[in-house]
Amino acid sequence: MNSPTNANAPEVTQQYKPPFNLRRFIRTNSAQLGILGVFVTLWIIFIVSAPKTFLAPQIYSAFMSSTPFFAIMAIPLTIVVIAKEMDLSFPSIMAMGMVSFNYTYGATAFIHNATIQVFLAIVAGLVTGAIIGWLNGFIIVKFGIPSLVVTIGTQFLWSGAALVLVQGANFSLEYIKQTFFYNLFVGKIGPYFPMQMFWLVVVTILGWVVLNQHRFGAHVYLIGDNINSAELMGINTGRVRIQVFMLVGVVSAFAGILASFYVSYFWPTLGDGYLLQTLASVFLGGTSVLGGTGTILGTFLGAFIIGAIEAATVAVGLTGFWTNFIYGLIIVLSVIMHMYLRKRGE
Amino acid sequence: MEEYRLELKHVSKSFGEVQALEDINFHLGRNEVVGLLGDNGAGKSTLIKIITGYHQPTSGEIYFNGGKVDHLTVPKARELGIETVYQERALAELQTLWRNIFLGRELTTSMGFLDIQRMRDETHRLMTESMGFTSHAVSPDSTVGKYSGGEKQGVAIVRALFFNADIVVLDEPTMGLSLKESAKLINFVNGIKQAGKSAIFIDHNILHVHNVADRVVVIDRGKVAGEFQTKHIGLNELMDKMVRVAETGSLN
Repeated sequence: MNSPTNANAPEVTQQYKPPFNLRRFIRTNSAQLGILGVFVTLWIIFIVSAPKTFLAPQIYSAFMSSTPFFAIMAIPLTIVVIAKEMDLSFPSIMAMGMVSFNYTYGATAFIHNATIQVFLAIVAGLVTGAIIGWLNGFIIVKFGIPSLVVTIGTQFLWSGAALVLVQGANFSLEYIKQTFFYNLFVGKIGPYFPMQMFWLVVVTILGWVVLNQHRFGAHVYLIGDNINSAELMGINTGRVRIQVFMLVGVVSAFAGILASFYVSYFWPTLGDGYLLQTLASVFLGGTSVLGGTGTILGTFLGAFIIGAIEAATVAVGLTGFWTNFIYGLIIVLSVIMHMYLRKRGE
Repeated sequence: MEEYRLELKHVSKSFGEVQALEDINFHLGRNEVVGLLGDNGAGKSTLIKIITGYHQPTSGEIYFNGGKVDHLTVPKARELGIETVYQERALAELQTLWRNIFLGRELTTSMGFLDIQRMRDETHRLMTESMGFTSHAVSPDSTVGKYSGGEKQGVAIVRALFFNADIVVLDEPTMGLSLKESAKLINFVNGIKQAGKSAIFIDHNILHVHNVADRVVVIDRGKVAGEFQTKHIGLNELMDKMVRVAETGSLN
Protein backbone atom coordinates (compact mmCIF):
# COMPACT_ATOMS: atom_id res chain seq x y z
CA MET A 1 0.00 0.00 0.00
CA ASN A 2 2.92 2.32 0.59
CA SER A 3 5.05 1.54 -2.40
CA PRO A 4 3.21 3.14 -5.34
CA THR A 5 3.90 6.60 -3.90
CA ASN A 6 6.95 6.74 -6.14
CA ALA A 7 4.59 7.37 -9.04
CA ASN A 8 3.55 10.88 -8.12
CA ALA A 9 6.86 11.95 -6.63
CA PRO A 10 8.59 14.51 -8.81
CA GLU A 11 11.90 13.64 -10.40
CA VAL A 12 15.04 14.41 -8.49
CA THR A 13 16.59 17.56 -9.80
CA GLN A 14 19.70 17.76 -7.68
CA GLN A 15 21.84 15.47 -5.62
CA TYR A 16 22.21 16.31 -1.98
CA LYS A 17 25.71 15.57 -0.76
CA PRO A 18 26.64 17.39 2.39
CA PRO A 19 30.36 17.90 2.94
CA PHE A 20 31.77 15.58 5.57
CA ASN A 21 31.71 17.28 8.92
CA LEU A 22 33.48 15.58 11.81
CA ARG A 23 31.48 17.36 14.48
CA ARG A 24 28.20 16.39 12.90
CA PHE A 25 29.41 12.82 12.51
CA ILE A 26 30.31 12.68 16.20
CA ARG A 27 27.01 14.21 17.21
CA THR A 28 24.82 11.90 15.13
CA ASN A 29 26.76 8.81 16.20
CA SER A 30 27.42 9.81 19.80
CA ALA A 31 25.76 6.74 21.34
CA GLN A 32 27.75 4.30 19.27
CA LEU A 33 31.00 6.19 19.70
CA GLY A 34 30.33 6.40 23.44
CA ILE A 35 29.94 2.67 23.89
CA LEU A 36 32.88 2.07 21.55
CA GLY A 37 34.91 4.29 23.88
CA VAL A 38 33.82 2.26 26.91
CA PHE A 39 34.62 -0.94 25.03
CA VAL A 40 38.12 0.14 24.02
CA THR A 41 38.89 1.62 27.44
CA LEU A 42 37.91 -1.58 29.22
CA TRP A 43 39.89 -3.60 26.72
CA ILE A 44 43.02 -1.53 27.34
CA ILE A 45 42.51 -1.89 31.10
CA PHE A 46 42.23 -5.67 30.68
CA ILE A 47 45.34 -5.88 28.49
CA VAL A 48 47.39 -3.74 30.84
CA SER A 49 46.30 -5.63 33.96
CA ALA A 50 46.48 -9.15 32.52
CA PRO A 51 48.63 -9.02 29.38
CA LYS A 52 49.25 -12.77 29.31
CA THR A 53 45.56 -13.54 29.14
CA PHE A 54 44.43 -10.71 26.91
CA LEU A 55 47.17 -10.93 24.30
CA ALA A 56 46.50 -14.61 23.63
CA PRO A 57 43.76 -15.81 21.21
CA GLN A 58 42.24 -18.35 23.62
CA ILE A 59 40.39 -15.79 25.73
CA TYR A 60 38.80 -14.26 22.62
CA SER A 61 37.78 -17.68 21.43
CA ALA A 62 36.13 -18.22 24.80
CA PHE A 63 34.26 -14.90 24.56
CA MET A 64 33.08 -15.74 21.09
CA SER A 65 31.84 -19.13 22.32
CA SER A 66 29.72 -17.97 25.23
CA THR A 67 28.60 -14.44 24.37
CA PRO A 68 26.55 -15.18 21.20
CA PHE A 69 23.91 -17.18 23.11
CA PHE A 70 22.54 -14.03 24.73
CA ALA A 71 23.97 -11.43 22.32
CA ILE A 72 21.96 -12.90 19.45
CA MET A 73 18.72 -12.28 21.37
CA ALA A 74 19.81 -8.77 22.29
CA ILE A 75 19.65 -7.82 18.59
CA PRO A 76 15.86 -8.26 18.08
CA LEU A 77 15.32 -7.10 21.65
CA THR A 78 16.97 -3.81 20.64
CA ILE A 79 14.35 -3.46 17.90
CA VAL A 80 11.60 -4.10 20.48
CA VAL A 81 12.99 -1.45 22.83
CA ILE A 82 13.36 1.09 20.00
CA ALA A 83 9.65 0.52 19.29
CA LYS A 84 9.08 1.51 22.96
CA GLU A 85 8.05 -1.97 23.95
CA MET A 86 9.64 -4.51 26.29
CA ASP A 87 9.97 -8.26 26.17
CA LEU A 88 10.90 -10.23 29.28
CA SER A 89 9.62 -13.55 27.97
CA PHE A 90 12.45 -14.48 25.62
CA PRO A 91 14.21 -16.84 28.10
CA SER A 92 11.07 -18.99 28.22
CA ILE A 93 10.92 -18.98 24.40
CA MET A 94 14.40 -20.55 24.35
CA ALA A 95 13.03 -23.41 26.43
CA MET A 96 9.75 -23.77 24.55
CA GLY A 97 11.54 -23.81 21.22
CA MET A 98 13.64 -26.73 22.42
CA VAL A 99 10.60 -28.54 23.83
CA SER A 100 9.08 -28.30 20.39
CA PHE A 101 12.37 -29.46 18.92
CA ASN A 102 12.35 -32.58 21.12
CA TYR A 103 8.73 -33.41 20.40
CA THR A 104 9.28 -33.09 16.67
CA TYR A 105 12.42 -35.19 16.75
CA GLY A 106 10.59 -37.90 18.68
CA ALA A 107 7.47 -37.76 16.49
CA THR A 108 9.47 -38.11 13.28
CA ALA A 109 11.39 -41.21 14.41
CA PHE A 110 9.75 -43.20 11.59
CA ILE A 111 11.88 -41.28 9.07
CA HIS A 112 15.02 -43.03 10.34
CA ASN A 113 17.22 -40.22 9.16
CA ALA A 114 18.70 -38.08 11.92
CA THR A 115 19.55 -35.20 9.58
CA ILE A 116 16.01 -34.82 8.25
CA GLN A 117 14.59 -35.27 11.74
CA VAL A 118 16.87 -32.61 13.19
CA PHE A 119 16.06 -30.28 10.30
CA LEU A 120 12.32 -30.66 10.93
CA ALA A 121 12.91 -30.23 14.65
CA ILE A 122 14.78 -26.98 14.05
CA VAL A 123 11.97 -25.67 11.86
CA ALA A 124 9.43 -26.63 14.53
CA GLY A 125 11.47 -24.83 17.19
CA LEU A 126 11.68 -21.65 15.15
CA VAL A 127 7.97 -21.77 14.29
CA THR A 128 7.15 -22.20 17.97
CA GLY A 129 9.22 -19.12 18.73
CA ALA A 130 7.37 -17.14 16.07
CA ILE A 131 3.98 -18.26 17.43
CA ILE A 132 4.82 -17.34 21.02
CA GLY A 133 6.15 -13.97 19.84
CA TRP A 134 2.99 -13.44 17.83
CA LEU A 135 0.88 -14.24 20.88
CA ASN A 136 2.83 -11.72 22.99
CA GLY A 137 2.29 -9.06 20.34
CA PHE A 138 -1.34 -9.97 19.85
CA ILE A 139 -2.17 -9.67 23.57
CA ILE A 140 -0.25 -6.38 23.81
CA VAL A 141 -1.85 -4.81 20.75
CA LYS A 142 -5.42 -6.15 20.99
CA PHE A 143 -5.94 -5.67 24.71
CA GLY A 144 -3.73 -2.60 25.03
CA ILE A 145 -1.81 -4.01 27.98
CA PRO A 146 1.75 -2.71 28.47
CA SER A 147 4.25 -5.18 27.06
CA LEU A 148 6.27 -5.20 30.30
CA VAL A 149 3.27 -6.64 32.14
CA VAL A 150 2.23 -9.09 29.44
CA THR A 151 5.70 -10.57 29.00
CA ILE A 152 6.25 -11.01 32.74
CA GLY A 153 3.13 -13.15 32.58
CA THR A 154 4.11 -15.08 29.47
CA GLN A 155 7.65 -15.63 30.80
CA PHE A 156 6.17 -17.54 33.76
CA LEU A 157 3.58 -19.20 31.54
CA TRP A 158 5.98 -20.64 28.95
CA SER A 159 8.82 -21.55 31.28
CA GLY A 160 6.20 -23.37 33.34
CA ALA A 161 4.74 -24.97 30.25
CA ALA A 162 8.19 -26.24 29.26
CA LEU A 163 8.61 -27.94 32.63
CA VAL A 164 5.13 -29.46 32.51
CA LEU A 165 5.48 -30.72 28.94
CA VAL A 166 8.67 -32.67 29.63
CA GLN A 167 7.75 -33.40 33.26
CA GLY A 168 10.98 -31.76 34.36
CA ALA A 169 13.10 -34.31 32.51
CA ASN A 170 16.50 -33.48 31.09
CA PHE A 171 18.28 -35.60 28.53
CA SER A 172 21.17 -35.88 26.14
CA LEU A 173 21.06 -34.70 22.53
CA GLU A 174 24.12 -36.72 21.47
CA TYR A 175 22.38 -37.67 18.20
CA ILE A 176 22.78 -34.16 16.83
CA LYS A 177 26.50 -34.80 16.49
CA GLN A 178 25.78 -37.23 13.65
CA THR A 179 24.23 -34.43 11.63
CA PHE A 180 25.99 -31.56 9.91
CA PHE A 181 23.80 -29.14 11.86
CA TYR A 182 26.06 -29.63 14.86
CA ASN A 183 29.07 -28.28 13.00
CA LEU A 184 26.97 -25.71 11.21
CA PHE A 185 25.65 -24.21 14.44
CA VAL A 186 28.29 -24.74 17.11
CA GLY A 187 31.34 -26.12 15.30
CA LYS A 188 34.53 -24.17 14.73
CA ILE A 189 36.20 -22.50 11.78
CA GLY A 190 39.92 -23.03 12.32
CA PRO A 191 41.11 -23.46 15.88
CA TYR A 192 39.53 -20.40 17.41
CA PHE A 193 36.43 -19.17 15.60
CA PRO A 194 33.17 -20.72 16.86
CA MET A 195 30.20 -21.00 14.51
CA GLN A 196 27.77 -19.47 17.02
CA MET A 197 29.81 -16.30 16.60
CA PHE A 198 29.26 -16.52 12.87
CA TRP A 199 25.50 -16.77 13.45
CA LEU A 200 25.62 -13.81 15.80
CA VAL A 201 27.31 -11.78 13.04
CA VAL A 202 24.66 -12.90 10.55
CA VAL A 203 21.79 -11.93 12.86
CA THR A 204 23.51 -8.63 13.68
CA ILE A 205 23.89 -7.72 10.01
CA LEU A 206 20.31 -8.78 9.24
CA GLY A 207 19.09 -6.77 12.24
CA TRP A 208 21.05 -3.73 11.08
CA VAL A 209 19.71 -3.98 7.53
CA VAL A 210 16.11 -4.42 8.67
CA LEU A 211 16.35 -1.53 11.10
CA ASN A 212 18.24 0.96 8.95
CA GLN A 213 17.66 0.07 5.33
CA HIS A 214 14.10 -1.22 5.33
CA ARG A 215 10.69 0.38 5.65
CA PHE A 216 9.95 -1.93 8.58
CA GLY A 217 12.81 -0.44 10.60
CA ALA A 218 11.79 3.10 9.68
CA HIS A 219 8.35 2.36 11.08
CA VAL A 220 9.84 0.84 14.24
CA TYR A 221 11.73 4.08 14.95
CA LEU A 222 8.64 6.18 14.24
CA ILE A 223 6.40 4.08 16.47
CA GLY A 224 8.87 4.27 19.32
CA ASP A 225 9.30 7.99 18.84
CA ASN A 226 5.66 9.01 18.54
CA ILE A 227 3.05 6.31 18.02
CA ASN A 228 0.32 8.88 17.58
CA SER A 229 2.13 10.53 14.66
CA ALA A 230 2.79 7.14 13.15
CA GLU A 231 -0.93 6.34 13.28
CA LEU A 232 -1.97 9.69 11.86
CA MET A 233 0.41 9.08 8.95
CA GLY A 234 -1.19 5.74 8.24
CA ILE A 235 1.32 3.28 9.66
CA ASN A 236 -0.27 0.04 10.83
CA THR A 237 1.28 0.27 14.28
CA GLY A 238 -0.39 -2.88 15.57
CA ARG A 239 1.02 -5.05 12.82
CA VAL A 240 4.54 -3.65 13.14
CA ARG A 241 4.55 -4.19 16.90
CA ILE A 242 3.33 -7.77 16.56
CA GLN A 243 6.07 -8.43 13.98
CA VAL A 244 8.68 -7.02 16.33
CA PHE A 245 7.70 -9.53 19.01
CA MET A 246 7.73 -12.32 16.44
CA LEU A 247 11.34 -11.44 15.59
CA VAL A 248 12.33 -11.85 19.24
CA GLY A 249 10.44 -15.13 19.30
CA VAL A 250 12.20 -16.64 16.30
CA VAL A 251 15.66 -15.50 17.33
CA SER A 252 15.18 -16.63 20.94
CA ALA A 253 14.15 -20.08 19.78
CA PHE A 254 17.27 -20.11 17.60
CA ALA A 255 19.41 -19.05 20.58
CA GLY A 256 17.88 -21.90 22.57
CA ILE A 257 18.84 -24.32 19.81
CA LEU A 258 22.40 -22.97 19.70
CA ALA A 259 22.81 -23.12 23.49
CA SER A 260 21.45 -26.68 23.66
CA PHE A 261 23.54 -27.88 20.71
CA TYR A 262 26.65 -26.40 22.32
CA VAL A 263 26.33 -28.72 25.33
CA SER A 264 24.44 -31.44 23.36
CA TYR A 265 22.02 -31.56 26.21
CA PHE A 266 18.46 -30.44 26.89
CA TRP A 267 17.60 -28.74 30.14
CA PRO A 268 13.93 -27.80 30.65
CA THR A 269 15.16 -24.80 32.64
CA LEU A 270 16.95 -23.50 29.54
CA GLY A 271 16.88 -19.72 29.48
CA ASP A 272 17.42 -19.16 33.20
CA GLY A 273 20.14 -16.61 33.69
CA TYR A 274 19.86 -15.03 30.27
CA LEU A 275 17.32 -12.32 31.11
CA LEU A 276 19.44 -9.65 32.73
CA GLN A 277 22.55 -10.11 30.61
CA THR A 278 20.54 -9.68 27.44
CA LEU A 279 18.65 -6.64 28.68
CA ALA A 280 21.86 -5.11 30.01
CA SER A 281 23.47 -5.48 26.56
CA VAL A 282 20.66 -3.47 25.00
CA PHE A 283 20.80 -0.63 27.50
CA LEU A 284 24.59 -0.63 27.70
CA GLY A 285 24.55 -0.18 23.93
CA GLY A 286 22.74 3.12 24.26
CA THR A 287 19.20 2.13 23.28
CA SER A 288 16.76 4.30 25.18
CA VAL A 289 13.96 2.71 27.16
CA LEU A 290 11.93 5.77 26.13
CA GLY A 291 11.90 4.50 22.54
CA GLY A 292 12.78 6.02 19.19
CA THR A 293 16.57 5.77 19.53
CA GLY A 294 19.03 2.93 19.60
CA THR A 295 21.50 1.08 17.44
CA ILE A 296 22.34 -2.51 16.63
CA LEU A 297 26.09 -1.86 16.74
CA GLY A 298 25.77 -0.42 20.25
CA THR A 299 24.00 -3.56 21.44
CA PHE A 300 26.63 -5.76 19.79
CA LEU A 301 29.43 -3.98 21.64
CA GLY A 302 27.39 -3.90 24.84
CA ALA A 303 26.95 -7.68 24.71
CA PHE A 304 30.69 -8.24 24.41
CA ILE A 305 31.40 -5.93 27.33
CA ILE A 306 28.93 -7.98 29.41
CA GLY A 307 30.42 -11.20 28.03
CA ALA A 308 33.99 -10.19 28.85
CA ILE A 309 33.57 -8.87 32.35
CA GLU A 310 33.23 -12.19 34.13
CA ALA A 311 36.34 -13.74 32.60
CA ALA A 312 38.22 -10.48 32.85
CA THR A 313 37.47 -10.03 36.53
CA VAL A 314 39.13 -13.30 37.32
CA ALA A 315 41.96 -12.78 34.83
CA VAL A 316 42.98 -9.44 36.31
CA GLY A 317 43.32 -11.11 39.70
CA LEU A 318 40.08 -10.23 41.45
CA THR A 319 37.93 -12.96 42.98
CA GLY A 320 34.70 -14.00 41.28
CA PHE A 321 32.81 -12.18 44.02
CA TRP A 322 33.62 -8.94 42.23
CA THR A 323 31.85 -9.86 39.00
CA ASN A 324 28.36 -8.57 39.72
CA PHE A 325 29.72 -5.46 41.38
CA ILE A 326 31.74 -4.59 38.28
CA TYR A 327 28.81 -5.42 35.98
CA GLY A 328 26.67 -3.02 37.93
CA LEU A 329 29.28 -0.30 37.97
CA ILE A 330 29.84 -0.41 34.23
CA ILE A 331 26.15 -0.56 33.42
CA VAL A 332 25.24 2.36 35.67
CA LEU A 333 28.12 4.53 34.47
CA SER A 334 27.41 3.74 30.80
CA VAL A 335 23.72 4.54 31.10
CA ILE A 336 24.61 7.88 32.71
CA MET A 337 27.05 8.50 29.86
CA HIS A 338 24.36 7.76 27.27
CA MET A 339 21.89 10.11 28.92
CA TYR A 340 24.52 12.84 28.98
CA LEU A 341 25.39 12.30 25.30
CA ARG A 342 21.73 12.32 24.33
CA LYS A 343 21.08 15.60 26.16
CA ARG A 344 24.06 17.19 24.45
CA GLY A 345 22.97 15.90 21.07
CA GLU A 346 19.60 17.63 21.35
CA MET B 1 -25.20 18.05 -10.66
CA GLU B 2 -21.81 19.44 -9.80
CA GLU B 3 -19.38 16.82 -8.70
CA TYR B 4 -17.68 17.66 -5.41
CA ARG B 5 -14.12 16.78 -4.52
CA LEU B 6 -15.39 15.51 -1.23
CA GLU B 7 -18.81 15.07 0.24
CA LEU B 8 -20.05 13.79 3.58
CA LYS B 9 -23.67 12.72 3.87
CA HIS B 10 -25.38 12.33 7.25
CA VAL B 11 -22.15 11.50 9.02
CA SER B 12 -22.34 10.85 12.74
CA LYS B 13 -19.63 9.79 15.13
CA SER B 14 -19.88 8.79 18.75
CA PHE B 15 -17.20 7.72 21.17
CA GLY B 16 -19.05 5.48 23.59
CA GLU B 17 -21.71 7.70 25.18
CA VAL B 18 -20.34 10.90 23.71
CA GLN B 19 -21.94 12.06 20.47
CA ALA B 20 -19.09 13.98 18.83
CA LEU B 21 -20.75 14.56 15.46
CA GLU B 22 -24.39 14.36 14.56
CA ASP B 23 -25.79 14.15 11.04
CA ILE B 24 -23.11 16.23 9.34
CA ASN B 25 -23.57 17.18 5.70
CA PHE B 26 -20.47 18.73 4.26
CA HIS B 27 -18.97 19.23 0.86
CA LEU B 28 -15.81 20.62 -0.62
CA GLY B 29 -15.88 21.82 -4.21
CA ARG B 30 -13.12 21.73 -6.77
CA ASN B 31 -10.61 24.48 -6.26
CA GLU B 32 -12.42 25.67 -3.16
CA VAL B 33 -11.02 26.62 0.23
CA VAL B 34 -13.47 25.94 3.04
CA GLY B 35 -12.91 27.32 6.51
CA LEU B 36 -14.19 25.34 9.47
CA LEU B 37 -15.07 27.44 12.49
CA GLY B 38 -16.29 26.38 15.87
CA ASP B 39 -15.50 26.56 19.54
CA ASN B 40 -13.21 24.10 21.31
CA GLY B 41 -14.83 20.70 21.42
CA ALA B 42 -17.34 21.56 18.69
CA GLY B 43 -16.17 18.55 16.68
CA LYS B 44 -13.87 20.16 14.11
CA SER B 45 -10.95 17.83 14.76
CA THR B 46 -13.19 14.77 14.81
CA LEU B 47 -14.62 15.80 11.45
CA ILE B 48 -11.11 16.21 10.06
CA LYS B 49 -10.03 12.85 11.37
CA ILE B 50 -13.01 11.21 9.66
CA ILE B 51 -12.06 12.85 6.37
CA THR B 52 -8.46 11.68 6.71
CA GLY B 53 -9.50 8.14 7.61
CA TYR B 54 -8.16 8.19 11.16
CA HIS B 55 -11.62 7.76 12.68
CA GLN B 56 -14.37 5.76 11.03
CA PRO B 57 -17.84 7.34 11.18
CA THR B 58 -20.48 5.56 13.24
CA SER B 59 -22.95 6.16 10.42
CA GLY B 60 -23.14 8.13 7.19
CA GLU B 61 -21.44 8.12 3.82
CA ILE B 62 -18.28 9.59 2.36
CA TYR B 63 -17.84 10.42 -1.32
CA PHE B 64 -14.67 11.34 -3.18
CA ASN B 65 -15.08 12.87 -6.63
CA GLY B 66 -18.61 11.50 -6.67
CA GLY B 67 -17.64 7.94 -5.76
CA LYS B 68 -18.62 6.38 -2.47
CA VAL B 69 -15.77 5.20 -0.27
CA ASP B 70 -16.30 2.51 2.33
CA HIS B 71 -13.96 1.89 5.26
CA LEU B 72 -11.75 4.88 4.69
CA THR B 73 -8.31 4.43 6.28
CA VAL B 74 -5.36 6.79 6.48
CA PRO B 75 -3.39 5.09 3.67
CA LYS B 76 -6.54 5.00 1.51
CA ALA B 77 -7.21 8.68 2.10
CA ARG B 78 -3.63 9.54 1.19
CA GLU B 79 -3.96 7.51 -1.98
CA LEU B 80 -7.12 9.44 -2.83
CA GLY B 81 -5.08 12.61 -2.59
CA ILE B 82 -5.79 13.97 0.88
CA GLU B 83 -2.84 15.35 2.79
CA THR B 84 -3.19 16.71 6.28
CA VAL B 85 -1.29 19.16 8.40
CA TYR B 86 -2.42 18.05 11.83
CA GLN B 87 -2.84 20.28 14.82
CA GLU B 88 -0.41 18.04 16.70
CA ARG B 89 1.81 18.20 13.60
CA ALA B 90 2.35 14.45 13.60
CA LEU B 91 6.13 14.62 13.62
CA ALA B 92 8.59 12.17 15.11
CA GLU B 93 10.89 14.55 16.89
CA LEU B 94 13.83 12.23 17.55
CA GLN B 95 14.06 11.35 13.87
CA THR B 96 15.78 13.14 11.03
CA LEU B 97 14.06 15.56 8.70
CA TRP B 98 14.02 13.21 5.73
CA ARG B 99 12.40 10.46 7.78
CA ASN B 100 9.70 12.89 8.85
CA ILE B 101 9.00 14.15 5.33
CA PHE B 102 8.46 10.59 4.14
CA LEU B 103 6.80 9.34 7.35
CA GLY B 104 4.53 6.44 6.46
CA ARG B 105 5.26 6.79 2.73
CA GLU B 106 8.91 6.00 2.48
CA LEU B 107 10.36 5.86 -1.01
CA THR B 108 11.53 2.34 -1.57
CA THR B 109 13.39 0.42 -4.20
CA SER B 110 12.39 -3.20 -4.25
CA MET B 111 11.00 -5.37 -1.45
CA GLY B 112 10.55 -2.43 0.86
CA PHE B 113 14.19 -1.38 1.01
CA LEU B 114 14.54 2.32 1.59
CA ASP B 115 15.83 4.60 -1.14
CA ILE B 116 17.62 6.77 1.40
CA GLN B 117 19.69 8.84 -1.04
CA ARG B 118 16.63 9.81 -3.04
CA MET B 119 14.69 10.75 0.10
CA ARG B 120 17.54 12.95 1.26
CA ASP B 121 17.83 14.57 -2.16
CA GLU B 122 14.12 15.29 -2.27
CA THR B 123 14.15 16.64 1.26
CA HIS B 124 17.01 18.95 0.40
CA ARG B 125 15.22 20.17 -2.71
CA LEU B 126 11.93 20.75 -0.88
CA MET B 127 13.69 22.63 1.88
CA THR B 128 15.47 25.07 -0.37
CA GLU B 129 12.77 25.46 -3.04
CA SER B 130 9.52 25.25 -1.13
CA MET B 131 10.31 26.06 2.45
CA GLY B 132 13.04 28.57 1.86
CA PHE B 133 15.03 27.10 4.72
CA THR B 134 18.59 28.26 4.49
CA SER B 135 19.55 27.86 8.14
CA HIS B 136 22.43 25.45 8.66
CA ALA B 137 20.59 23.84 11.55
CA VAL B 138 18.03 22.50 9.07
CA SER B 139 19.50 19.78 6.89
CA PRO B 140 17.94 16.50 5.74
CA ASP B 141 19.93 14.72 8.45
CA SER B 142 19.14 17.04 11.33
CA THR B 143 16.69 16.00 14.02
CA VAL B 144 13.29 17.67 13.88
CA GLY B 145 13.01 18.07 17.65
CA LYS B 146 15.52 20.92 17.54
CA TYR B 147 13.50 23.07 15.14
CA SER B 148 11.48 26.16 16.02
CA GLY B 149 7.67 26.02 15.97
CA GLY B 150 7.57 27.64 12.55
CA GLU B 151 10.13 25.26 11.12
CA LYS B 152 8.21 22.26 12.47
CA GLN B 153 5.04 23.56 10.90
CA GLY B 154 6.98 24.07 7.68
CA VAL B 155 7.97 20.42 7.74
CA ALA B 156 4.36 19.32 8.24
CA ILE B 157 3.24 21.53 5.36
CA VAL B 158 5.98 20.57 2.95
CA ARG B 159 5.18 16.94 3.64
CA ALA B 160 1.61 17.61 2.47
CA LEU B 161 2.94 19.47 -0.54
CA PHE B 162 5.35 16.85 -1.75
CA PHE B 163 2.80 14.21 -2.50
CA ASN B 164 0.78 16.44 -4.86
CA ALA B 165 -2.41 16.36 -2.84
CA ASP B 166 -5.75 17.28 -4.37
CA ILE B 167 -7.12 18.20 -0.97
CA VAL B 168 -4.96 19.74 1.73
CA VAL B 169 -6.40 19.74 5.23
CA LEU B 170 -4.92 22.21 7.68
CA ASP B 171 -5.91 21.76 11.32
CA GLU B 172 -5.01 24.85 13.39
CA PRO B 173 -1.90 25.51 11.33
CA THR B 174 -1.14 28.92 12.81
CA MET B 175 -1.12 27.71 16.40
CA GLY B 176 2.14 28.68 18.05
CA LEU B 177 3.42 30.55 15.00
CA SER B 178 4.84 34.07 14.99
CA LEU B 179 3.05 36.79 13.03
CA LYS B 180 5.54 36.54 10.19
CA GLU B 181 5.25 32.76 10.05
CA SER B 182 1.45 33.03 10.07
CA ALA B 183 1.55 35.42 7.13
CA LYS B 184 3.74 32.96 5.25
CA LEU B 185 1.25 30.23 5.98
CA ILE B 186 -1.68 32.29 4.69
CA ASN B 187 0.31 32.78 1.49
CA PHE B 188 0.79 29.07 1.27
CA VAL B 189 -2.97 28.44 1.54
CA ASN B 190 -3.57 31.00 -1.19
CA GLY B 191 -0.99 29.11 -3.23
CA ILE B 192 -3.04 25.91 -2.89
CA LYS B 193 -6.03 27.76 -4.32
CA GLN B 194 -4.00 29.15 -7.21
CA ALA B 195 -2.63 25.71 -8.00
CA GLY B 196 -6.22 24.61 -8.61
CA LYS B 197 -6.48 22.43 -5.52
CA SER B 198 -8.90 22.33 -2.63
CA ALA B 199 -8.31 22.91 1.03
CA ILE B 200 -10.05 22.67 4.35
CA PHE B 201 -8.75 25.23 6.78
CA ILE B 202 -9.40 25.20 10.50
CA ASP B 203 -8.29 28.03 12.68
CA HIS B 204 -9.26 29.79 15.87
CA ASN B 205 -8.38 33.06 14.25
CA ILE B 206 -11.51 34.18 12.40
CA LEU B 207 -9.48 36.83 10.58
CA HIS B 208 -7.25 34.19 9.01
CA VAL B 209 -10.20 32.06 8.00
CA HIS B 210 -12.11 34.97 6.55
CA ASN B 211 -9.01 35.96 4.63
CA VAL B 212 -8.34 32.71 2.83
CA ALA B 213 -11.61 30.77 2.72
CA ASP B 214 -14.19 30.96 -0.06
CA ARG B 215 -16.80 29.57 2.25
CA VAL B 216 -17.06 29.20 5.99
CA VAL B 217 -18.81 26.33 7.73
CA VAL B 218 -19.68 26.84 11.37
CA ILE B 219 -19.80 23.77 13.58
CA ASP B 220 -21.38 23.84 16.99
CA ARG B 221 -21.90 20.96 19.42
CA GLY B 222 -21.33 18.35 16.75
CA LYS B 223 -23.70 19.86 14.19
CA VAL B 224 -23.39 22.19 11.24
CA ALA B 225 -24.83 25.45 12.56
CA GLY B 226 -24.60 27.29 9.28
CA GLU B 227 -22.44 28.32 6.36
CA PHE B 228 -21.57 31.54 4.57
CA GLN B 229 -19.80 32.65 1.43
CA THR B 230 -17.04 34.89 2.71
CA LYS B 231 -17.70 37.43 -0.01
CA HIS B 232 -21.25 37.85 1.32
CA ILE B 233 -20.39 38.32 4.95
CA GLY B 234 -18.20 40.88 6.64
CA LEU B 235 -15.64 39.99 9.24
CA ASN B 236 -17.50 41.79 12.03
CA GLU B 237 -20.78 40.14 11.20
CA LEU B 238 -19.10 36.73 11.18
CA MET B 239 -17.52 37.40 14.54
CA ASP B 240 -20.84 38.43 16.04
CA LYS B 241 -22.43 35.27 14.74
CA MET B 242 -19.66 33.12 16.20
CA VAL B 243 -20.14 34.65 19.63
CA ARG B 244 -23.87 34.17 19.38
CA VAL B 245 -23.48 30.53 18.41
CA ALA B 246 -21.17 29.88 21.31
CA GLU B 247 -23.68 31.42 23.74
CA THR B 248 -27.02 30.32 22.40
CA GLY B 249 -26.32 27.53 19.95
CA SER B 250 -28.05 29.47 17.18
CA LEU B 251 -26.64 31.80 14.55
CA ASN B 252 -29.42 34.35 14.58
